[in-house]
Amino acid sequence: MDKPRRYAKSHEWARLEDDGVVTVGISAYAVEALTDLVFMQLPEVGATVTAGESFGEIESVKAVSDLYAPISGEVVAVNAELPGKLETLGDDPYGSGWVIKIKPADVGQLETLLDQTAYDTLVGSESH
Amino acid sequence: MPVQYVSIVEEHLATRQAAGLFDVSHMGRLLVEGPAAIDWLEGLLTRRVADLAVGRARYTLVTGVDSTAEETTAPPVILDDAVVTRLADADDGTPRLLLVVNASNASRVIRWLESQLPARGVRLTDRTAATAMIAVQGPLVFGSGGLLQQVCTADTAAMLAALPVYGAVETTVANTPAVVSRTGYTGEDGIELVVDADAALPVWQQLLTAGRDRGGRPCGLGSRDTLRLEAGMPLYGHELTELTDPAAIGLGRAVQGEGRSFPGVAELAARREAGGRQRVGLQFAAKRAARQGDPILLPGADQACGEVTSGSFSPTLGCGIAMAMVEPAVAAVGTELEATVRGSRLPARVVPLPFYRRPRGAS
Repeated sequence: MDKPRRYAKSHEWARLEDDGVVTVGISAYAVEALTDLVFMQLPEVGATVTAGESFGEIESVKAVSDLYAPISGEVVAVNAELPGKLETLGDDPYGSGWVIKIKPADVGQLETLLDQTAYDTLVGSESH
Repeated sequence: MPVQYVSIVEEHLATRQAAGLFDVSHMGRLLVEGPAAIDWLEGLLTRRVADLAVGRARYTLVTGVDSTAEETTAPPVILDDAVVTRLADADDGTPRLLLVVNASNASRVIRWLESQLPARGVRLTDRTAATAMIAVQGPLVFGSGGLLQQVCTADTAAMLAALPVYGAVETTVANTPAVVSRTGYTGEDGIELVVDADAALPVWQQLLTAGRDRGGRPCGLGSRDTLRLEAGMPLYGHELTELTDPAAIGLGRAVQGEGRSFPGVAELAARREAGGRQRVGLQFAAKRAARQGDPILLPGADQACGEVTSGSFSPTLGCGIAMAMVEPAVAAVGTELEATVRGSRLPARVVPLPFYRRPRGAS
């Protein structure tokens, strides 16, 4: 069974792994809504990210969107294959479509994010 | 009109490969009628109207004074681009013309035209709200089993198939009286039709049904923009602005200035004389494209030599494309340039326009 995910209102997900690192990706709902992806810009390993601030961007034919860090910390891994294979985001958003891994400054920040039920409610209200 | 129904790329490719249906009812539709209608428009539009035959349409610019300009004596500018169509004369022989203008400019064009109306002989009616406009574009519009054959009688379908490009006719489509013109904004063959607003929904639904099994789709504003960009067609507010030199963006033929006296005829001639930046097509190495306002530079240079006016991923070419206004010295096809896109510099090459031309012989 998958570990539980937490979500930012800006549609990034975060998952605490066994090694204490937080994996970050983009929710299936957000990828579906973006459609026609053409470009993705990611941070370097070692970069510092701050919760609620942009750590990268994703561009579709329609628009450019910022990616916001759900949690503060240091980037310890980047899914380098992703920008060249953007369809992975839609095919496997919670698996091989992960975006970055963050070593959290304060793992307790995860508790401030939406849980699955709250996120499902948010998405439900946006899509209606 | 939504930006997209499902996906800009899917809607774009559906129009290139089958048929795209665009609800373009937001565009302004003005009816100009009366014994003096032709003379009046001849004095106002950059294309000749005096020799426009019944059943023919022309692409034109609308020049005039923006009534919101601070100085009432401001010189005329390009207020919009438009298509003027000479409809069949009224029963008493009075000319009738339809002027289709951009939604974003409709109110100021109407204000300008109203300020120029003579005391008698011309009636100007805004028909935008009372009618709807649907563009039907793509290789599946005409031809055997095409959309028109399915929603028209055989005679009407044959008559429409024989309509020349920029021809127009009042006929019946999907059991509904319609003004049909062989025009469009996608680079594909197709028609645009104007029907009464009350009748629009069933017409739209019949066209949708006729195309559904063979790849026809409803298309949004996003694909309308990527299609016209690939076709190298200017858009007001992007390539075309109030102060554009039309010839610099490939619209030299939209201005027939010789021996004519439309507003701004001298200003347009002076712009041509002055020269300046000209429109080019740019092709990017990757999928990402620069967008409007992004600066264009020579590789390694830090001084801009141009600016992007429209840019997008091209679904047909699979890479980023753009139109840009650049200095003449860097406008030659093959010139290597760069665009600054949110901090990074993207390599691009000047390529011929249009980016896409529909295959010859295709309907």
